[in-house]
Amino acid sequence: MTAGDAISIAASVRSGERSATDVLEEHLARIAEREPELHAFNLLTEEHARAAATAVDERVASGDDPGPLAGVPVAIKDNICTRGVATTCSSRILEGWKPPYDATVVERLAAAGAVMVGKTNLDEFAMGSSTENSAFGPTRNPVDPTRVPGGSSGGSAAAVAAGFAPVSLGSDTGGSIRQPAALCGVVGVKPTYGTVSRLGLVAFGSSLDQVGPFAATVADAALVSEVIGGHDPGDSTSIAAGFPDVSSRLGDGVAGLRVGVVTELTGEGTTPDVAARVRAAADALADAGATVEEISLPSVRYGLSAYYLVATAEASSNLARYDGVRYGLRVEAPTTGEMMELTRTEGFGDEVKRRIMLGTYALSAGYYDAFYNKALKVRRLLRNEFDAAYRSVDVLVSPTSPTTAFPLGARSDDPMTMYLSDVCTIVSNLVGHPAMSVPYGEGDNDMPVGVQLMAPALGEPTMFRVAAELERSLR
Amino acid sequence: MSPTPPMSPTQPTSTTVDLDVWEIVIGLEVHTELATATKLFSSAPNHFGGEANTNIDPLTLGLPGSLPVLNEQAVELAIRVGLALNCTVQRSTFARKNYFYPDQSKNYQISQFDLPINVDGSLELPDGKVVGIERAHLEEDTGKTTHVGGGGRIHDAQHSLVDYNRAGVPLLEIVGRPDLRSADEARAYVSELRSVLVAVGASDGKMEEGSLRVDCNVSVRRRGEEEFGTRCEIKNINSLRSLGRAVDYEAARQVDLITAGDRVEQQTRHWNEDEGRTTLLRSKEGSDDYRYFPEPDLVVLDPGSEWIERVRAELPMLPADRRHRLVEQCGAGVEQAALVVERGLDELCLAAVAAGADATRTLTHAEHNLSDGRSVELDPGSFAALVKMELDGSLSATQAKTVLAELVAHGGDPTEIAAVHGFEAMDSSELDGLIDALISNHPDEWQRFCDGDGKVTGFFVGQVMKATQGKADGKVVTGLLRDRAG
Repeated sequence: MTAGDAISIAASVRSGERSATDVLEEHLARIAEREPELHAFNLLTEEHARAAATAVDERVASGDDPGPLAGVPVAIKDNICTRGVATTCSSRILEGWKPPYDATVVERLAAAGAVMVGKTNLDEFAMGSSTENSAFGPTRNPVDPTRVPGGSSGGSAAAVAAGFAPVSLGSDTGGSIRQPAALCGVVGVKPTYGTVSRLGLVAFGSSLDQVGPFAATVADAALVSEVIGGHDPGDSTSIAAGFPDVSSRLGDGVAGLRVGVVTELTGEGTTPDVAARVRAAADALADAGATVEEISLPSVRYGLSAYYLVATAEASSNLARYDGVRYGLRVEAPTTGEMMELTRTEGFGDEVKRRIMLGTYALSAGYYDAFYNKALKVRRLLRNEFDAAYRSVDVLVSPTSPTTAFPLGARSDDPMTMYLSDVCTIVSNLVGHPAMSVPYGEGDNDMPVGVQLMAPALGEPTMFRVAAELERSLR
Repeated sequence: MSPTPPMSPTQPTSTTVDLDVWEIVIGLEVHTELATATKLFSSAPNHFGGEANTNIDPLTLGLPGSLPVLNEQAVELAIRVGLALNCTVQRSTFARKNYFYPDQSKNYQISQFDLPINVDGSLELPDGKVVGIERAHLEEDTGKTTHVGGGGRIHDAQHSLVDYNRAGVPLLEIVGRPDLRSADEARAYVSELRSVLVAVGASDGKMEEGSLRVDCNVSVRRRGEEEFGTRCEIKNINSLRSLGRAVDYEAARQVDLITAGDRVEQQTRHWNEDEGRTTLLRSKEGSDDYRYFPEPDLVVLDPGSEWIERVRAELPMLPADRRHRLVEQCGAGVEQAALVVERGLDELCLAAVAAGADATRTLTHAEHNLSDGRSVELDPGSFAALVKMELDGSLSATQAKTVLAELVAHGGDPTEIAAVHGFEAMDSSELDGLIDALISNHPDEWQRFCDGDGKVTGFFVGQVMKATQGKADGKVVTGLLRDRAG
């Protein structure tokens, strides 16, 4: 049997050993088998994929190199624009809309020879932690289909965990890549803010959003990060530097690295089985030559509140454009104002409405200073605290999620408990730093546990080195 | 039919305000479209007119996933205007102004709020008055909505159409301080501002195409009072004439309210040009909460001193400096300098004077005989030669005017043009004979002239002109007559 990781697939396709078409058909067969049960995809793009695979094969036949992801099937979260292919954000309000452009990350994947197999399910507009807030029904966890895959990028996490594609793209505003990666037992990366273009990513919280990869291996995640990363003049928040070289550093080991385990994220609220796996990971790093210490980041406890003010405030503005005037759903009414109101009432789900209302309130006259401005102060405070921490350690370690995957419906009626799923991940978005989740064994219920690694801005090389070491330690 | 907002409960009874008792306070907000090739945040063309929804792209339509990228040319023009208005150009940020309206595709406008690019400037009017400029900031324009049916109003239209061609066009909003005190001053301010904007190449200054839009804040107070009165903002002013009328109407309305014992309520009012009055659009209590917050899709705009200084070095001479130069170098009067600069004839006059023309005569021609737009093309050398011919008596004032008109229309050599017209220098011996004959033929009139009756001067000059077919110089003739009268 041939290895199923992206790097192996690309190598065999580039060498002519396997055809991209064969690789694709294998994956489509796997999708046909389990997709009805899991619902990872909002849309399968088989025809598009077959054409792309054929093009890759023709390039190989003519002696061209199709690129580092030659013939690698990828699944794309359905809030990332794909030219001529419906992009719904799992919302009724965008039903029928087909973007006239590809997101920069999609362009870069295609240019590297990757083959898109479909658009994956998500919590509506990426607002949620379980993929249950999709207008098109929930996605199920491939490890245990009675449980959620996490969210909001649950479809992309499930697609990789189920072997539908070796790699996929998600977006991470407060943990939407890392948390589902942890719950599904795959690798998920949120890169440094500004290293991966947001052009073509449908905005949720613009100052927090980043696109990043899911993969079964650390090396695949590194490669996809490098392919999609790098400066894009079409995104003003894109930094000038290219994406750091991470792939060549994966074998460097962790000897001499300083690892800090975040006290505030491993104590109260974290289930004992998850805490035990984080300790095991820390021990493995110590065994490999790293120095491990506990480190306290007191302001982390303000993170959740600050996050839900900033993210909702930006969302309330970002989602204002869905009004029925230009595209997507329109509910007809006698006047323009009523048309907009009815369209938004029918087009958005409850969680989206809840967040639009929260954000609108946070920005309102008289409340701005008490809420939004205070949240900005917390962001500065957190940044200072992290900067100080990184003077004594190279990477930080915590659980990715305080718990393993929970059953479908378990938290649907309790938004606050659902929001707490993000407590470990949101701080990285608030400070703009890179973070990733690496699978590290199972919890008491045999569900996967993810360990979160955090690093300073552009600290991806070190972060990936540590991730690769954790991966090795499990073999 | 044009929209007719609800009538104001109190209509003014007086048409003019007693300016001995009342002082009118005016502050203007002028929006100017910047003359860039593309929009403020995208590469869609910035072009007036055209078929609806042709100058658009994903950002203009607010499509999901589109992002703004700041137009460098718009920033350069904003800096140019800022420097021309003596502003401090500073590190600035963008913010989102949130409100729902179909002509605004994102349902928020990207504008500058707490940190605008230009602050604390001034504009000198032709009469020397200096008006403060609070700020001049960048923002994007909206599209245009047309309401079909129901009288063209959004409230009861059958349907509405939106044209996004204008959406995203770069605007500079120039906020003046409340330093203006009359309709005339308000007009002079807008006129001067327009000259500056055109001079620095920031705008074509066309009010009728909406390149320049004026919102006018008016309040009144009794003379001697220090506190400003409550102001009303007037929108829909589409010409300088409307601006003057709107100010006068609004000031009178407010004075009437106060005189009647009412108070002025802070309102936004609509100028109705046909009816010559302002009507209520909305009162402050009903104003929107725009929920401004920093635009997360854009980074801080910090042009840096190098860029600013380069723009400063490249600035053309501004109208006020050009007026000063004309006064200093040619002895022009204040109003004369204003007119000549407004016509763009100052360079021509200076060049003609440099070529030896008499300054006073040159300016007089520019003021009275060069209203034709083509006059700027006049060759300074020919202009100077003409002025010299006039001054040395080879051409009369009337003849000079004729030759000048021809120079403007077709160019050429003034000497040749004069020859073609048969304008030849009349030497005074010819005139002497004519005048002596006139005196002897009209003894009564001559007696009156000698008695100091100025009215008959015209008679004699007219007769000489008739006899010489206009070749004689009226001033010379008058001189000869005076000589004879002793």
